[in-house]
Amino acid sequence: MSIACGKRLAAFGLVAPLLLFLVLFFVWPLVTMMSNAVSDPGAGRALPQTAAALSNWDRSSPPTPEMQAALVDDLRTTQDDQLIGDLTRQLNSARSGFRTLMAKTVRTVREEQGAVDLVQVDQRWEDVSFWQAIAAATASPYTDRNLLAAIDMARSPTGEITALPASASANLAILQRTFVIAAGTTLACILIGFPYAMVAASVTGWKRQVMLAAVLLPLWTSLLVRTAAWFILLQDNGLINRLLQTLGLIDAPLALLFNRTGVIIAMTHVLLPFMVLPIFSVLIAIPTNLLPAAASLGAHPLRAFWRVLLPLSLRGVVSGSLLVFMAAIGYYITPALIGGPTDQMISSVIAFYATGTANWGMAGALGIVLLVATIALYVVYDRLSASGTERA
Amino acid sequence: MTQPYIRFDKVTKAYGDFTVVEDLYLDIAKGEFVSLLGPSGSGKTTLLMMLAGFEPPTRGAVIVDEKRIDQLPPHRRNMGVVFQSYALFPHMTVAANVAFPLEMRGVPKADRKQLVDRALDMVQLGAMADRKPSQLSGGQQQRVALARALVFEPAVVLMDEPLGALDKQLREQMQLDIRDLHKRLGLTIIFVTHDQSEALTMSDRIAVFNKGRIEQIGTPNEIYDHPTTRFVADFIGETNLLDGTIETSDASGLTLSLPGGKRIRVAAGSNEAAGKTVTVSLRPEKIRLGADAGPSSSSGNSIPATILDSVYHGDHLRMVLDAEGTRLIAKADRRFGDLQPGSKAVASFDPADCWLVRS
Repeated sequence: MSIACGKRLAAFGLVAPLLLFLVLFFVWPLVTMMSNAVSDPGAGRALPQTAAALSNWDRSSPPTPEMQAALVDDLRTTQDDQLIGDLTRQLNSARSGFRTLMAKTVRTVREEQGAVDLVQVDQRWEDVSFWQAIAAATASPYTDRNLLAAIDMARSPTGEITALPASASANLAILQRTFVIAAGTTLACILIGFPYAMVAASVTGWKRQVMLAAVLLPLWTSLLVRTAAWFILLQDNGLINRLLQTLGLIDAPLALLFNRTGVIIAMTHVLLPFMVLPIFSVLIAIPTNLLPAAASLGAHPLRAFWRVLLPLSLRGVVSGSLLVFMAAIGYYITPALIGGPTDQMISSVIAFYATGTANWGMAGALGIVLLVATIALYVVYDRLSASGTERA
Repeated sequence: MTQPYIRFDKVTKAYGDFTVVEDLYLDIAKGEFVSLLGPSGSGKTTLLMMLAGFEPPTRGAVIVDEKRIDQLPPHRRNMGVVFQSYALFPHMTVAANVAFPLEMRGVPKADRKQLVDRALDMVQLGAMADRKPSQLSGGQQQRVALARALVFEPAVVLMDEPLGALDKQLREQMQLDIRDLHKRLGLTIIFVTHDQSEALTMSDRIAVFNKGRIEQIGTPNEIYDHPTTRFVADFIGETNLLDGTIETSDASGLTLSLPGGKRIRVAAGSNEAAGKTVTVSLRPEKIRLGADAGPSSSSGNSIPATILDSVYHGDHLRMVLDAEGTRLIAKADRRFGDLQPGSKAVASFDPADCWLVRS
């Protein structure tokens, strides 16, 4: 018993560094980002008494004196200006006008002693919508505001979920665009990668080595360098346009840069290995005598391909597509450098929130949306491949 | 032989400088079971591949039913091929595998089912129709492959070492099954194998291949009892190859002097000249072992021998003898089981069982 226990401990000790690494660099950041997305930046902490007073309020009747007294108390006891500042920004994003209102109120409340009539300080405290914003902000330490905003939704002052007007937010459109670009890249990878893998699997010796090396080589080059190379190749007087013009195929240069065509070309190049390798590994595992057998049974090469080779290699195509698609929806640098303004993908929005406006909540929420989409795809793939194994 | 159904007319297959099959002629009649037998690399599988259409001949013509087919692609040749590793389609059920050639030929769905059922019943696998090939044993998979190659009633059935992957008992059962199907359906079968006993038990005729050429073609009986070359004698079954110099030759055969000085009579080669060195094949089972020369000593050959080794084989004993300087292998009846290594015996054999072979 103790020996078994000791062995288990030793085994655990061996995997502990890995476990620690995973927790530290994978689980912890993930959890932090996710909690950032749903946690409230401080309204609940800054206004504990107000939160208690507002919890019984029906959110439509006029503000009561108790609510006002609680708010005054909270503003007096909270000496942390940073917290007040966060609170103001948060409230202001829910209801504009809070910035000036808060500044004025805080100053007045701190200067005077005893009870303060807030409506005397500012007429706006009579307005129910300001109280609604505070109530919404303090209702719970968690908020779905960021998550809703990530998919272009918001809560109305009365708490119902409504869609934002198209002019106010473009996250859904960008998300849709992300999926369209990723799907286009996946399709292009299949169309190029499948025949390529077939040829690589059918040749032997140094030819196969060269073909696989040609696929793998780009993986050893920095993504930025490869994208920059495409930037040069795709220019109006870049290699591709000049070659096409020299050949007389086109008169004027094709627009390949700063549009979706360029983005998909560059992303296809970068992601092609992830399509070729799974298909290749499935193809070389297919017994070599199946196609001769099909031919001897009367199948034209095209029908033999359609009825035998394609169904057997489908698993490789599916895993390759999944890898490419999942990698593609997270792309950031390539669309940023080669795409135009309407080709930016969801990652650039995340980057904008994370590094541009320090809105970690929104960045986390968009990240969650992306993660959920990826997991959903993986589940679909898993179901498909599981039923495939069952059938095989 | 009647008008040949399949004819290889001076067929050569070469890969660069390496010739696999050279100037080969072979005629096969309709309904015949011909085995192509030989060591690996002797060109027998290449010949099959040329007939199936997977390899074009470098030179020469392949004719089936009076039509040249060597330029036809494989899918238009109407030949059933059974591969060594079965080559069943793993993503299809057994029934779909067998229906595949019918589907390719545009047989209506309703008729397909009936033909598939009949073909599967023929190989006793009717109950397995809905299984996947991976759920079957090796022998069952091979029977599915057989049903698939027969269901479209091909002109010729080609089998490329189809039983190589099966264990001995199953192999023997399948040999009988294939032989039975051949007789019942009147199939023309070309069967590639490197297993000489398989070729002997199954074939109407055997073509023995060596280095891209046919060394000898004939019935199993001819090949075994009357091998024309040293290679065939050695490759088919076990044999004693005795090299000797002709002392005299007459109408009934010749007298041969073995290297040890012993003279033997051979009832063949009466037209060979004295002084020539020849090789004689003598099957081990033709040698009788006894305490003395036995009743036929007057007409036959008998050599006193010392037993060097004796191996028990169940139905017989395999003896290694030293017969006055000549090493002989004999298959002894079990009655002689008491002959221990080191003891003396007399090996006797008929002159008619000594067969002259070319080297």
